Amino acid sequence: MPVVKADLQACQGYANCVVGATDYFDLDDDGIVVVLRTEVSETDRLRVTEAARSCPVSALVVEDV
Amino acid sequence: MSDATVIVGSSIGGVRTAQALRLEGYTGDIVLVGEETELPYDKPPLSKAVLAGTAEESSIRLLTRDEADAAGIRLLLGHRGTGVDIAGSMVELEGHGPVGFDNLVIATGASARPSPWGQRAGIHILRTLEDARRLRADLLSGGHLAVIGAGFIGAEAAATARSLGLDVTVIDPLPVPMSRIFNPEIGQWFGDLHRSKGISTIFGTGVESLEGEQGSFVLRLTNGKRINASVVLVGIGAIPNDGWLASSGLLVDNGVVLDEFCRAVDAPNVYAVGDVARWRHLTHAEDIRIEHWTNAVEQASCVAHNITHPGAPRAYTPTEYVWSDQHDWKIQVVGRVGGGSDYSVIGHPEVHGRFAALYTGDGTSLRGAAIVNWPKALVACRRGMAAGITVQELRDKLESQLDPQAAVAS
Repeated sequence: MPVVKADLQACQGYANCVVGATDYFDLDDDGIVVVLRTEVSETDRLRVTEAARSCPVSALVVEDV
Repeated sequence: MSDATVIVGSSIGGVRTAQALRLEGYTGDIVLVGEETELPYDKPPLSKAVLAGTAEESSIRLLTRDEADAAGIRLLLGHRGTGVDIAGSMVELEGHGPVGFDNLVIATGASARPSPWGQRAGIHILRTLEDARRLRADLLSGGHLAVIGAGFIGAEAAATARSLGLDVTVIDPLPVPMSRIFNPEIGQWFGDLHRSKGISTIFGTGVESLEGEQGSFVLRLTNGKRINASVVLVGIGAIPNDGWLASSGLLVDNGVVLDEFCRAVDAPNVYAVGDVARWRHLTHAEDIRIEHWTNAVEQASCVAHNITHPGAPRAYTPTEYVWSDQHDWKIQVVGRVGGGSDYSVIGHPEVHGRFAALYTGDGTSLRGAAIVNWPKALVACRRGMAAGITVQELRDKLESQLDPQAAVAS
């Protein structure tokens, strides 16, 4: 099953991921991404991958493990 | 029968279109054409981390050769698009034979408006990686940088140059910086920010002439003053790269004119994304063109969907979003702000170190927001815009967060 990986050092809090997949991503008080669900169902793959690719600093990837 | 999509333009809009096509399951050929010989790279860091030297060039690559090969994306770099033959479904390229397409995606972006004060050594624009390398090389010699134009690019580069230890003067004909985007009260705070970091600002004044050479430029201003500078950066906006389409028969009017599905109004197998695209935004009920990173990415997704689902295309109706990093301020703008909109401000830069300006068109619903250094407000505004939140609801929510004790209690 694909999973979301986040680079917390890279995250700059732009919140594009939150808008792209609000059920998978949030920001904490410091503006760093919080991954709400790590495992991505096949039906969500396109939507969550596009949300990850909308990160301006490439802090998120959806990978098959 | 094999299908081919040719994408002309290898910056963020073009690259994301190619990637999104594969994600949508597109099995045809994908050809990504780029004018520069550089591997595709990301532009926002050029005025910040790349200019400052804190990011390696390798860190801003959008697509490597290996990634392109793995995704079945054919890179055709170093060839400028010179024309499109719509009837023959061919793109003409400089230094390469014509390339046939079933679908064409125009993603040629925009160029920096050239300096009207001459173009010679020491006078810079900032749009490409090569521009950033050249400007950085000159900044490293130190001295005094004059920035003409206090928009995002000019303001970001000014902040970066200051961080490198240069003396910096920013000049803009507008009396209040950023007032094309914000109302004057907010714009004033941006001027205060730059001055507090040691940048000289000259607003409400134009540049009449720019004489001299690198190291000893003299700028004569419309108020009669003269400014000496060793290096000059001209940041006075951008022009869409649509000139190469002049003979194509496509309707071009400050960008390629598209329908609500981002298809050329006169050629349904031709699409455009990013800075060069002027499309019909149904909820705004107007044709708009947006020069922002997030728009290019979202439009790329929409176009990839529409190419792969021709029977069920999706209208493109995004909420605008743009950010700018200047000194220690993270500025984020959602939706539509400024103009004649009513607005209210929560927080204050000097008291709270953060603020959000909420804009409304009708006095009730949120039309847009400008947020500085306040991630939770950004999320609330972006989610709220999508859900149709009222300004009052958002105010109540954000004001409770501004009080540290209330925030702890929640």
